[in-house]
Amino acid sequence: MDILGVLQKLGLESGFASFFLTDGGWKNLVMIIIAFVLLYLGIVKKFEPLLLVGIAFGCLLTNLSYFVGQGANALYHPEIWAAFLDETSPAYHSYGAVMREAGLLDFFYIGVKAGIYPSLIFMGVGAMTDFGPLLANPKSLLLGAAAQLGVFVAFFGAVLLGFTGPQAASIGIIGGADGPTAIFLTTKLAPELLGPIAIAAYSYMALIPLIQPPIMKAMTTDKMRKVKMVQTREVSKTEKIVFPMVVSTFVILLLPSTAPLIGCLMLGNLFRECGVTDRLSDTVQNALMNIITIFLATSVGATMVAQNFLNFNTIKIIILGLIAFAISTVGGLLGGLVMYKTSGGQINPLIGSAGVSAVPMAARVSQDVGRKYNKNNYLLMHAMGPNVAGVIGSAIAAGFLLSVFG
Amino acid sequence: MIDLVNISVGNAAGYALLGYLVVFFGLVLLMCVIFAMGKIMHKEKPAAAPAAAAPAAAPAAPAPKAEPAPGSAGDFKLYNTDPRDAAMVMAIVADTLGKPLNELRFISIREVKEDEV
Repeated sequence: MDILGVLQKLGLESGFASFFLTDGGWKNLVMIIIAFVLLYLGIVKKFEPLLLVGIAFGCLLTNLSYFVGQGANALYHPEIWAAFLDETSPAYHSYGAVMREAGLLDFFYIGVKAGIYPSLIFMGVGAMTDFGPLLANPKSLLLGAAAQLGVFVAFFGAVLLGFTGPQAASIGIIGGADGPTAIFLTTKLAPELLGPIAIAAYSYMALIPLIQPPIMKAMTTDKMRKVKMVQTREVSKTEKIVFPMVVSTFVILLLPSTAPLIGCLMLGNLFRECGVTDRLSDTVQNALMNIITIFLATSVGATMVAQNFLNFNTIKIIILGLIAFAISTVGGLLGGLVMYKTSGGQINPLIGSAGVSAVPMAARVSQDVGRKYNKNNYLLMHAMGPNVAGVIGSAIAAGFLLSVFG
Repeated sequence: MIDLVNISVGNAAGYALLGYLVVFFGLVLLMCVIFAMGKIMHKEKPAAAPAAAAPAAAPAAPAPKAEPAPGSAGDFKLYNTDPRDAAMVMAIVADTLGKPLNELRFISIREVKEDEV
C-alpha cells in the first residue's frame, strides 16, 4: 500500500495546493477574502443581507472549488458557459451540453441565464407593491422617467471608457437601481460582467441612505425641503385591479422586449389586487420570492470567478455604477424641481429622488430627509408614487437597451 | 449599418438621448392612460357616492369640534394628539389587523379624555 503516494495525491488535489500550483491560483485567495468582506457587509452591516449573503457565499463556493485546469469538482464552470455563448462551439446555446458537465451552481445558473429568476423576482415585487400612490398622482411617472438619467449617462460613460455597446448598456442599467432588471439585462447582453454588475447594483442600493441625502441637500433649498404636500386622493379597488392589465397591455405593446419583466411585475400585482387570489399573492410574496432569492443570489455569486472578476474592468464598473446612481438621483431631483416650480411650490422636490426605483428604500430616504427639516412632514406615501414609477421606468429603459443591443 | 458592439462615441450619445426620450415617451403616455382611467372611474362614482356618504356623516359630526393639532397632514387630522402618539396608534392598528401600514387609510386620530368616556 502506497500511503505516501496517496497522501501526496490528496495534497496535490487539495484546494490549498491549488492556490500555489495552478495558474492564477492566488486570485482565488483574493476572491475568498472579498467573499468574507461581502459576508461581513451583509451580516454585520446589513447591506441588502437577503441578497448579499447569498451572493457572497456563492462567490466563496465557486472560488473554493474552481481552479483553472482543475474543474472536476467545481460547482460552477465558467468554460461551459463560455462555450454556451461561442457560436463556433458544438455546445452553443445547448442546455443539454451544460447539464452534461454541470456542477450544482451551474444548474442554479440556468435559471439566471434563461431570465427566469429576475422575472419571478419581479412577480414578487409586483405582489408586494401598492401602486395606489402612483394611481392617485399619475404625474409621479414623470419623476420615475427623469430618474433614469443615470442609466443613459453611465451608458455613455462606459462607451467612453472603452466598453462595447452591449457591455455599456448593461453597466448603464445599474443606474436604474433595480437589481433584477440589471441581472436580466446583463445576462442577455454581457454575461461576462454579471458578477461585478450585480455586486455594484446591490451594494449601491444598500448605500442609498448614504448616497442620496448629500445630493438632495445640495440641489434643494430649506424652503423647498419643508414643503408639505396635500394628501393624495383615494384610489378605488377597481382602479387598482384594472391598472396591471392596462400597464401590461400598453407597455408590452410599446416595447415587446419588456414583456418578461413588466408581464411578471403586473401579474404579481394583479394577484395582490384582484381579491380572489390571496393564496397565490401570499405564495408569490413570500415562499416563491424567498426560494428564487436563494437561487438567484448564489448563482450570481458563483459567476464571480477570480479570473473574470479580478481585472481593471471591475473597478471601472464599480465607479460607473456609483456615477449612475448619483446621476439618477440628480435626474429625479431635477424632475422634482421642475414640478415644484410648475405647481407653484406645492410639490416637495425631495420626492424626485425616490424615482430611482430601489423600492421602498429611496422613498424612505425622501421621508427621512423631509422630516429632518419639518418634523410634521409625511412624504412617504407621496414618494412611493415616483418610487414605483421608477420600477416601470427602469424596465422600459432595459427594454430599450435590449431592443437596440440584444 | 452601425456597429453596435464597437459603438462610436457619437452614436453612443445619440442612443443615450434617444433612450431617455423613449423612457419619457412611454411613461408620459402611460400617465395619460392612467389619468383617463381615473377620470372614467370617477365619472361612474358620483351617482352612488352622495347616498352612501349621507348616513356616515351624522355619527362623525362631533369630532371636528376641536382645532386640528399642528401635526395634521393634509386630510389626516390629529385632534389633541401628539404626532408621536399618532404614529404609535397607527403602528398598533396595523399590527393588530395584520395589514401593512400603506394599505390602511386613517382619517383622523383624537385623544379621548377619561371624563369624555
